[in-house]
Amino acid sequence: MNIENPSVAIKSLDLNFGAVKVLQDLNLDIAEGEFLVLLGSSGCGKSTLLNCIAGLLEPTDGQIWIKGNNVTWAEPSERGIGMVFQSYALYPQMTVKGNLSFGLKNARVPKVEIEKRVARAAEILQIEPLLDRKPGALSGGQRQRVAIGRALVRDVDVFLFDEPLSNLDAKLRADLRVELKRLHNQLQNTMIYVTHDQVEAMTLADRIAIMKGGKIMQLGTPDEIYNQPQNLYVADFIGSPSMNFFEGRLDAGTFKTDGLDLPMVGYAFAQPKAADGNVTIGIRPEHIITGELVASAPVQANVTIDLVEPMGSDTLVYAQIAGKTCRIRMDGQARVKQGENLAIGFDPARASLFDTASEARL
Amino acid sequence: MTMVTEQPGSGHGAKRPNRIFQNSMAKIASIPMILTALFVFVGGTAWTVLHSFTSSRLLPKLDFVGLAQYERLWGENNDRWWISITNLGVYGLCSMILTLVIGFTLAAMLDRKIRGESVFRTIFLYPFALSFVVTGLAWQWILNPQFGVESVVRSWGWESFNFDPLNNPDIVIFGILIAGIWQGTGLIMCIMLAGLRGIDEDIWKAARVDGIGTVKTYVKIIIPMMRPVFVTSLVLIASGIIKLYDLVVAQTNGGPGISSEVPAKYVINYMFQAQNLGQGFAASTMMLVSVIIILIPWAYLEFGGKKNG
Amino acid sequence: MADTTMHALSGPTGPKPKKRLSRGNIIVYGTLLMFSMYYLLPLYVMIVTSLKGMPEIRLGNVFSPPLEVTYEPWVKAWSEACTGINCDGLSRGFWNSVQILVPSVILSIAIASVNGYALSHWKFKGSETFFTILIIGAFIPYQTMLYPIVIMLREGGDFLTWILNEPLEWVGLEGPGRVRIMGSLTGLVLVHTVFGMPILTLLFRNYFTSIPEELFKAARIDGAGFWRIFFQIMLPMALPIFVVAIILQVTGIWNDFLFGVIYTKPETYPMTVQLNNIVNSVQGIKEYNVNMAATLLTGLVPLIIYFASGKLFVRGIAAGAVKG
Repeated sequence: MNIENPSVAIKSLDLNFGAVKVLQDLNLDIAEGEFLVLLGSSGCGKSTLLNCIAGLLEPTDGQIWIKGNNVTWAEPSERGIGMVFQSYALYPQMTVKGNLSFGLKNARVPKVEIEKRVARAAEILQIEPLLDRKPGALSGGQRQRVAIGRALVRDVDVFLFDEPLSNLDAKLRADLRVELKRLHNQLQNTMIYVTHDQVEAMTLADRIAIMKGGKIMQLGTPDEIYNQPQNLYVADFIGSPSMNFFEGRLDAGTFKTDGLDLPMVGYAFAQPKAADGNVTIGIRPEHIITGELVASAPVQANVTIDLVEPMGSDTLVYAQIAGKTCRIRMDGQARVKQGENLAIGFDPARASLFDTASEARL
Repeated sequence: MTMVTEQPGSGHGAKRPNRIFQNSMAKIASIPMILTALFVFVGGTAWTVLHSFTSSRLLPKLDFVGLAQYERLWGENNDRWWISITNLGVYGLCSMILTLVIGFTLAAMLDRKIRGESVFRTIFLYPFALSFVVTGLAWQWILNPQFGVESVVRSWGWESFNFDPLNNPDIVIFGILIAGIWQGTGLIMCIMLAGLRGIDEDIWKAARVDGIGTVKTYVKIIIPMMRPVFVTSLVLIASGIIKLYDLVVAQTNGGPGISSEVPAKYVINYMFQAQNLGQGFAASTMMLVSVIIILIPWAYLEFGGKKNG
Repeated sequence: MADTTMHALSGPTGPKPKKRLSRGNIIVYGTLLMFSMYYLLPLYVMIVTSLKGMPEIRLGNVFSPPLEVTYEPWVKAWSEACTGINCDGLSRGFWNSVQILVPSVILSIAIASVNGYALSHWKFKGSETFFTILIIGAFIPYQTMLYPIVIMLREGGDFLTWILNEPLEWVGLEGPGRVRIMGSLTGLVLVHTVFGMPILTLLFRNYFTSIPEELFKAARIDGAGFWRIFFQIMLPMALPIFVVAIILQVTGIWNDFLFGVIYTKPETYPMTVQLNNIVNSVQGIKEYNVNMAATLLTGLVPLIIYFASGKLFVRGIAAGAVKG
């Protein structure tokens, strides 16, 4: 995708720590006002990339542009960015107000202006009553709000978030996630957000960049990432419980493996005519149809239930399909038992086919 | 929204800054460290080792005489040096064993949920706050035969009691040892106590469930677990032993005669009193060699072992 | 190591003795009390001796409490005891030690704290190498560096003499004359700063490294540089470690004997050296009570620090133990 006047542009960025290539020829354009999530497991380079954008790490090669300026070697404070950290990184000996105004004082912003901006940020984040407290006297959620406020007062165009919610408990994390989304809607800043939590990524992002080994595996909207994973890695990474994979062969439009023939009717191939050969098919547990709708499904089968995991909102069923243990996600109210037979159905249009050798989507 | 922080002019951030000027404040701040490391530690040591091969007497001069200073140092009739290293060996061995045993025993006892732990700890550690000079003078007084321990025990009726280490060349080093142990065990006790406190309490529970006795648990389980603590303690004791100087000067000044001389004192005597610099340099180089002999196995254990485990 | 030693201050972990008067308990308390006597004995003997008059001491029992308490020996030790030709007591050494102590502590801690900070968050190429050399240097016996330092101090003094006098003479003014560093208090201050550097730098480096890197990054985003981050963010957080460093340095420098004896001259001898000269001087009759009062006086400063600082002292000496 080509973006005109990108807010942030990464151009063939390389970063090596000695012999280790942490970022490899990375290119990424982020549009004005976009919420972009960098998603990946630990060590994939997502935080490194964010630190490069912030100016806290020096790239080995390549360029970083923010707002049409080449800032590759500029000081962090000169780049027009604000950053929120996982550990909040609040200055413990300063009050909340001191924390918010430290950066502005360093930039020699007039006192009146500092007061104004701190007041505004405090209002947006609803932390006015906390202004005279020290960080030690705040709860986790309040600290994170102050940390966001510190970016907010700087009145910058680009916000960088480095796993800002990972230190919070599950309930608070969900609450703050909603608040962050609301904040983005209100401010309309460019936000770059690093996380390893796919729920955060799916719910917050305009676009997600999934990273692995210093490279972007796929860049796209949450919908694209979920429904059309471009490679096996992304397919496996996204979705919980994760996709069921079967290795087999594609033979004249039909997927074949021991005990399973699946005519790929209605599947949208990336190239009009896919070559026959070794392929891997991925089927999401929630795309396997059960109950009354089975009758209308293009493909149908009968399986024996191995194990049932009731999870409240839904039920996870394990069964053998084509000699492999397969996960099927059913309704939370489904009353099924181990050893019972279960009729299932499937629409091949919702599957994902990958070339086994290159792992790329077909 | 506008950028209020300094607006980067086009091209300002585009240029890679010069490597030398990058992070320049940190480099300036490190100048004292760099000077100390290079000139005093590396340079000074190298200078001394180099001059140990010369015939320098009152003033250092580069008049090389090969190993002559070392031959003289290790010469058969250089009693002073032989007594020095024998003393250091005896003192060192006894001090290591006693300090470790006493330090560990006291720490283990303090770790047994006893009353008044902090009082005992304060008592055991306070000598460490005192200088070797104070330590040496205090024990010189206690051990003096006229009024000290010997005369007191004799006055209790044990007329034949004989304990006069500071005037008996054969046992004078043990008189110094008593003072050295007194001053230094508190530290080792503290380190051992820290090591014991670092051991998971579940180990004790497991040992109790398995019916292993207290002493056996210490010997078979706890002490092996504390190996790193023992190694650290040993290095600390050993590097302290080699530096042994002030205590001897204060307590006996090497006497009676030269029977309580130690290498560190030998070096100072030759360098600053006997005006035989070359001999002093050779002796100090031998001290350096002995430190290296101690440090290399330790560094190997400490850092070489970490890579494997 | 400083951090592991803090474990020593948390609760005991060993097995709890079962009965109050079990056999094991008697052994434990018995041993502890026996050792307590060994450790307390010298302090007790020093105190009682220093409070007795000489006739009473000659009656002979170092352990017996004074029949007649006199403070005379303390007064004498402080203001009259003789070393060689000077008979103005230990007070001279005390004030020398204070003059050595204050600048040494300030200078060494100032340099080492900035240094440790640079090594923790502002690493540059080669910084770790120099640091490693510095730490290895802490293990080198002082004896191998003593003489080169004598030369450095002498040459440094001559160089300063030249630098201060030459330009002034050149314009026809009189310079300050010969400047000596060797033998002066300044020289000794420099020596203490140099030899305190490894352990103090290690102490501060480890402490600043333990401060989360994100805090440092946040400050950089906020536009703070090397010094601003040091003074406004790091220093306020590092007060405990400064106290530890001060305890370590005050005790270490006050107790020093070797450097004092080599790098100063009789008029500037620190207290420990003067004490040794008073007690071990061969002239005159030995006044044991004065000697013990002098010994106690010299040990007083570190003892006060020890009893006043409590737990922090344990951290300090554990860190300083590397220094040996």
